[in-house]
Amino acid sequence: MSNALHATRRRFLVDSAGLIAGIGLVSVAAIEPARATPAMMDAAIKKVVGGAALRKGKVKLDLAPLIENGNTVPLAVSVESPMSAEDYVKAIHVFNEKNPQPNVVSVHIGPRAGKASISTRIRLADTQRVIAIAEMSDGTFWSDEAEVVVTLAACLEGI
Amino acid sequence: MARALINVPAKAKRGDVIEIKTLISHPMEPGYRPDSSGVVMPRDIINLFVCSYNGEEIFRADLFAAVAANPFIAFSTVATESGKLEFKWTGDNGFSAVETATITVE
Repeated sequence: MSNALHATRRRFLVDSAGLIAGIGLVSVAAIEPARATPAMMDAAIKKVVGGAALRKGKVKLDLAPLIENGNTVPLAVSVESPMSAEDYVKAIHVFNEKNPQPNVVSVHIGPRAGKASISTRIRLADTQRVIAIAEMSDGTFWSDEAEVVVTLAACLEGI
Repeated sequence: MARALINVPAKAKRGDVIEIKTLISHPMEPGYRPDSSGVVMPRDIINLFVCSYNGEEIFRADLFAAVAANPFIAFSTVATESGKLEFKWTGDNGFSAVETATITVE
């Protein structure tokens, strides 16, 4: 009798703990804003690259591997290119995996830039992969990516 | 009028690659953050930055919500002739700002 009672009491506790955890999860999910997924990033990249092959190389994405504050993350991209009238970088695109939106920045340059390098400051909402893609004048696409660990997330936190 | 800082070398040799740095004060509110009362603040960002050199566009950037507040953009160009550089930012809620800088090329 006492065993059976124990069993039910234990069952009750386990079940209710599960229920509470479940409620917690649901409410967290409800307030969690929309986030980009790696699939969304791939879709955004596909929009830019189209059917062309995306090759690794030529691009150098400069991003610290460990970021304390995701609100301002220095980012620099440089591309190996002679930047002559025949062979130059047309555009540089930067994408991320887990911010609410996959796009970060897209810049359009040309042979008049002299050298294909830009720098800016971005926001990162989570530990994730950032990818930089260079679009060349001959229609090829080159990329470089970086894994970054973010301690303080940007974008989603309240003030 | 938003405050902007522009860094362009005052003098350059013809054909030199010069670096241009720009910074403008703007909150770049991404549209995902709740304010102190829990209401999500609407998006308010700069989404386009254009630099032209004597009227010719030399640099254009599409900015998204992932660009940090007070957007800083640095890029380079070839100093071709003396003249005027114009910087233009446009964004949500009719935001628009224009700055100019002069350069002497010898």
